Amino acid sequence: MTVPQDLRYSKEHEWVRLEGDTATIGITAFAQEQLGDVVFVELPEKGATVRQFSSLGVVESVKAASDIYSPISGEVIERNMKVIEKPELVNQKPYEEGWMLKVKLADKGELQKLLSADDYRAHIGETAGSGGS
Amino acid sequence: MTTEAALKRTPLFEKHRELGAKLVPFAGWEMPIQYSGIVAEHRAVRNAAGLFDLSHMGEFYLEGAGAGPALDRLVSSDIAGLESGQARYGLLTNERGTIVDDVIVYRLAPQRYMVVVNAANIDKDAAHVRRHLPSDVRFFDGSAMTALIAPQGPRAARILSRVADMNVDDVMPFGVAETKVAGKTATIARTGYTGEDGFEVFLRNEFASAVWDALLDAGTADGMLPIGLGARDTLRLESRFSLYGNEIDETTNPIEAGLAWTCKLDKEFLGRDVVAKAKEDGPSRRIAGLVVEGGVARHGYPVTSGGREVGIVTSGTYGPTVEKNIALAYVPVALAKVGTALAVRIREKDVPATVVKTPFYSRVKK
Repeated sequence: MTVPQDLRYSKEHEWVRLEGDTATIGITAFAQEQLGDVVFVELPEKGATVRQFSSLGVVESVKAASDIYSPISGEVIERNMKVIEKPELVNQKPYEEGWMLKVKLADKGELQKLLSADDYRAHIGETAGSGGS
Repeated sequence: MTTEAALKRTPLFEKHRELGAKLVPFAGWEMPIQYSGIVAEHRAVRNAAGLFDLSHMGEFYLEGAGAGPALDRLVSSDIAGLESGQARYGLLTNERGTIVDDVIVYRLAPQRYMVVVNAANIDKDAAHVRRHLPSDVRFFDGSAMTALIAPQGPRAARILSRVADMNVDDVMPFGVAETKVAGKTATIARTGYTGEDGFEVFLRNEFASAVWDALLDAGTADGMLPIGLGARDTLRLESRFSLYGNEIDETTNPIEAGLAWTCKLDKEFLGRDVVAKAKEDGPSRRIAGLVVEGGVARHGYPVTSGGREVGIVTSGTYGPTVEKNIALAYVPVALAKVGTALAVRIREKDVPATVVKTPFYSRVKK
């Protein structure tokens, strides 16, 4: 299972990529694999506020609806219209075109509450450094 | 509730594990919900072929001169009119005119029938059928020793013919034949639950692995995939087939469920008078097909009109072939007309939905 080294992770299987104070949020390869085919994504609009570890939206797979929890707090700068139009991007490119929100980070300290790539691998039951699935 | 430790496994359980299936509890069984993915599996069945393990389903065998007449009284459809080698869909009804189960009755020989029932209902159905059988009819519940493997899809016939001792195209839709598949004695029927051409192969548990492998091998070049219960549900829903526990149960009557066509009202069957009256009076609610714009409706979600709850979703999903979010729902008859604008309450929001003609999908028949 892919777990990029440069991202931070939540136990609920979201990832964050930080550029300056802009945080890009998505769900992990492990999460999309567990969900199966994603067919609908519901995301907050620009200007909305998200709170760390609170629900920020919903992904629906063929089987079920699942909440996405925000790994950090802040104001939504942009939501990815491409995943709303083509939800399968979440399955195909969870760390790239399948991103969900860009958020203006409110508190950098919150990143301390997230997992490193190695810790996240351990969390999903993979040994640190293993790249396989 | 069944606990996880008590989950039953079909004779193909190890095959599913080897194929990398996701296994989930279903009706007391540990069953594959998907292998490669629901959408890919769904499309394989629509465009090529898929192979299902349905060994969890129940098979009853009834024998004797009175078997046909007894089944004709137990099942809503025309069982008396079945010839040997034919099968028919129908409902097990009760005295209240509601639905105990939906079944397919196969006439295997002049005085020998097989009834295929839903896995969750095996014990209930067996008790119900036994209660209404005359003493000259022998009843046998063969569910525990019978495996069921279903090749379905436009290429299912050619794939099955490669491993069967006959050209299965000689079997008409809803026909039944005894033959050998991969050298093993089997009963094959041209029935299914996908909306495509296809077959159901009934055989003894000990033959299941050999037949499963032979069919997958024979079908690989034609794009056949193993199919889990996830795609089974999306396939049946696009084709607007009822699912017991969703559209139909012991609180629903066949008329409101849109299953009047399965009820032969000019014969006697359990609850016939109640069903006839329901038809005459007209139901207060009925199943409507919905296309939902902006969210996936699920079993149990409220249907609303002008903000007021008017009905309930019985099944909902994304339909991979129709590429829409589709649902079946009970709504008042006045709101069941095609084109009616309704809404489905999804996570406290009323999401627009339109009543559409069903089935959502029908195959172009050759």
